[in-house]
Amino acid sequence: MSKEEFCSMISVSEPGPGDGGNTGSWRVVRPVIDLEKCIPAKTGKPSCFNCWLYCPDAVVTKTLPPTIDYTYCKGCGICAEECPAGAITMVDEASFTKEEK
Amino acid sequence: MDNDKKTTVLTLTDEEIVNPGNRACSGCGLGIVYRTALKALGKDTVLAVPPSCLTVLQGLYPVASTKLPCVNVTFASTAAAATGVRAALRATGRDHLNVVAFAGDGGTGDIGIQALSGACERGEDIIYICYDNEAYMNTGVQRSGTTPKGVMTTTTPIKGKLQHKKDVPSIIAAHGIDYVATASAAYPLDLYDKVKKAASMKGGTRYIHVHTPCPSGWGFAPQYTVHIGKLGVTTGLFDLYEIVKGEFSLTGESAKRVGKERTPVEEYFKTQRRFRSLSQELTDEMQGMIDAKWANYTA
Repeated sequence: MSKEEFCSMISVSEPGPGDGGNTGSWRVVRPVIDLEKCIPAKTGKPSCFNCWLYCPDAVVTKTLPPTIDYTYCKGCGICAEECPAGAITMVDEASFTKEEK
Repeated sequence: MDNDKKTTVLTLTDEEIVNPGNRACSGCGLGIVYRTALKALGKDTVLAVPPSCLTVLQGLYPVASTKLPCVNVTFASTAAAATGVRAALRATGRDHLNVVAFAGDGGTGDIGIQALSGACERGEDIIYICYDNEAYMNTGVQRSGTTPKGVMTTTTPIKGKLQHKKDVPSIIAAHGIDYVATASAAYPLDLYDKVKKAASMKGGTRYIHVHTPCPSGWGFAPQYTVHIGKLGVTTGLFDLYEIVKGEFSLTGESAKRVGKERTPVEEYFKTQRRFRSLSQELTDEMQGMIDAKWANYTA
């Protein structure tokens, strides 16, 4: 039996993003980072990154400035709650629908 | 852990072993625990997972969110299956890999305790991580052995649970294994250091119990996962400690709280709907138990 046949027989899964689909569609509020307030983006030095540390879905990057992957962000709002500078605001998804169309 | 250098946000690796877009609920505490623990374990790891929220999170067919080999096993056999994986690795000359059993509180303290106790007694070379969300969340919030007293679940819908929470880490520590630790989803860096330490202590069974807030099961808005996890520690209800070869020591936030004022436990109860039927007497009883427990802790 080939490896492919064996894997499909015992239902081996392949790793990849989005096993729950595009989970960004679950979101009702969208986190938006204000780069004027965000500490690492403002100072240009790696620091803080609480949003990246606490994100349950690994959609925030540890970069300058931090970015959020909206394809998979479920909009839980932990990043906004834990941001010490209050730089992340949760904006209603409905306010984006017009401009995205 | 005092002598070791503690990990900070900046020194924590940005390599992700869990892919985004998994099936965990929005704001899931387990998402933080799983992501951080796997960072500490690295890619040389084999996981054994029983039915739990984690089975859903780590990946169903055909796409899995975890970039590691992962064996899905029956509820009662997690530690036994991990033992088997270790034996197979030893036989095939790949003994350097970490074998990690990752189970929920029901799969650890209720259904899986027999296999876990056996593995601890034999001193199997495995790491067992229990994420404790204090009920059977995956099947719809039924009471478990680790559900605290007074909590409303779907199987204790009127008065709440009548019995106190089972102290699983103490049961495991009574086996005399090398390493037992508790951690919280709200303190990922502390969790990271503990998993790292467990992974470095090869040769015996290592157990880590992680307090994991669950927005849908506990009844709070998803953005408060970390806030409530921190309250659980700052009120003294759940302590962060480690027992290394029998030596007990508090760590992190709990160590800082010794001899200092703690947040009243009522603050923690108020944040969650599962405590809505808690009476004042029971709140006072819980506060008394916490105070008695902390009276024994010295800096």
